Amino acid sequence: MDFFFGLLQIIGVHTLLGLSAYVVLQTGQVTLAQAGFFSIGAYVSAMLTVLAGWHIIPALLVSATLAGIVAGIVGFPALRIKGLMLVVATIAFGEFIRLFWFNFDYQIEKKGIVVGPQGGEGFKQIRFFPENGWSTLDVAIFIWVIVALVMLALWWTDRSRAGTVLRAVGEDELAAQSVGINLTAVKVGAFAAGGFIAGIGGAIYAHYTTHIEHLNFGVMLATFAIAYPILGGLRNVFGTLVAVIFIQGFLVEGLRFMGDWRNLLFGALIVLAMNIQPRGLIDERSVKLVRGLFTRDTRN
Amino acid sequence: MLEIDGIAAAYGNIEALRGVDLLVEEGGITCLLGPNGAGKTTLMMTIAGILKPRRGTISFLDRNITGMTPSGVVRRGIALVPENRLVFPDMNVHENLVAGAYLRLGKRKSQVQQDIDHVFERFPRLQERSKQMAGTLSGGEQQMLAVARALMARPKLLMMDEPSLGLAPLVVEEIFRIISDLNADGTTIFLVEQNAHMALQVADHFFLLEQGQVTFSGKPGQLSEHEVIQRAYLGKGPQRNQPAADQGRPDRTTLPSG
Repeated sequence: MDFFFGLLQIIGVHTLLGLSAYVVLQTGQVTLAQAGFFSIGAYVSAMLTVLAGWHIIPALLVSATLAGIVAGIVGFPALRIKGLMLVVATIAFGEFIRLFWFNFDYQIEKKGIVVGPQGGEGFKQIRFFPENGWSTLDVAIFIWVIVALVMLALWWTDRSRAGTVLRAVGEDELAAQSVGINLTAVKVGAFAAGGFIAGIGGAIYAHYTTHIEHLNFGVMLATFAIAYPILGGLRNVFGTLVAVIFIQGFLVEGLRFMGDWRNLLFGALIVLAMNIQPRGLIDERSVKLVRGLFTRDTRN
Repeated sequence: MLEIDGIAAAYGNIEALRGVDLLVEEGGITCLLGPNGAGKTTLMMTIAGILKPRRGTISFLDRNITGMTPSGVVRRGIALVPENRLVFPDMNVHENLVAGAYLRLGKRKSQVQQDIDHVFERFPRLQERSKQMAGTLSGGEQQMLAVARALMARPKLLMMDEPSLGLAPLVVEEIFRIISDLNADGTTIFLVEQNAHMALQVADHFFLLEQGQVTFSGKPGQLSEHEVIQRAYLGKGPQRNQPAADQGRPDRTTLPSG
């Protein structure tokens, strides 16, 4: 059973990562810095629980807020660049944060053991869950409550006027400006919100793996972050969830029996999925299909 | 209402506006005509705050709005219907209008809905297509939507950049009827056009913009339509082609350059 709870944890964390990119992508900005914000959540929350002895919930909120603030700061220079240049700039920024952790050394002695981030060696012994007797099931439930809350918040935003404004900026910046939409506020806000969500994901990740190091937060993770919402579709948050389940549940775990050939198929299946559903796994058609099912159910 | 004084704007080294002076009177329809590349759109974008001028001042209702952000300009009461309509193609008609009410994001939803209902009264065709994606509307409907979206900001001055662009003649007539109606209901209009014939029919006052400078300011009738069209399309300077110019001589105010 532990394997499935473990898989649930991975899917939950990656959903948060994907949703963090989803918010930014909605405003038409492609970001490869999400892994960086994710790592801020991971390192800062782990320092708070391990070094300062905090409970995970305040540690998670504080580290996510910090990740959100840093993301907002990145959002400002990002205002002036678009498209490919933004992709390059955000890669550079993500690497900047990763290399910061590579160089960051800060240990103290706790109960006779030296703990804390140790540069290239990483940060070991993040043992909040085992020390407090949380089982893998408890952790999985904890993660999915948070994922559900974040999804609910984003789903509600999507349907609100604020969500309409976000998408308006993504569709046409000039038109958005002509109706008075404050591009700075919207873009920086989207970056900050995305950073916050990535920070939550990172905080949870650090605590269930118990050992983090800078290599966990490279460009590959950032690529996954944008691949989920792009593959799933930007129409609603469920697209990202479906894409994470498809990639992590089916492609990564489900095809494990194929050994190393799995990686080959992995790429091919993503290409195939994008060709069959060019507007994302959850597009207008699938939304209509599901809605149709529900309306028929209520009538009967 | 809107006073533009010596505005210059440039893209890099290319000066698009070279000291434009212009005045839009409250309550009327003011029209700006000129050939391609004269700087008409640049002027609109500069007023809207999307481009920053190099020199000069823009004031609206006796307040300086030069260099203000686009948001600030809209908040002061100027809305722009951009060239090529620029509706949000993958959002439905209703959502396009909601985005237009950005400045009232903090206010009650019912208030915005009231405005949407009001706009739908004016454009019943948009109401019929309320749930349709804006990108699937016809050109004329998209233009109506762009106007409706701008109206959601409750502007005192509505600026329109080539609303007739790429539309069939019958649709152009409909758009101009809408412009006249809006004006009759109290919205001041500042219109950029290439369709000189239609523009001169509705305009109270018009300007000719050639090579980044205003070369004529007056009322329709002061220049023959023939000459206006020639200058609006081909950009011939005022020194040539003056057979009909005398009839408007007393009022004619060809502004000095620079």
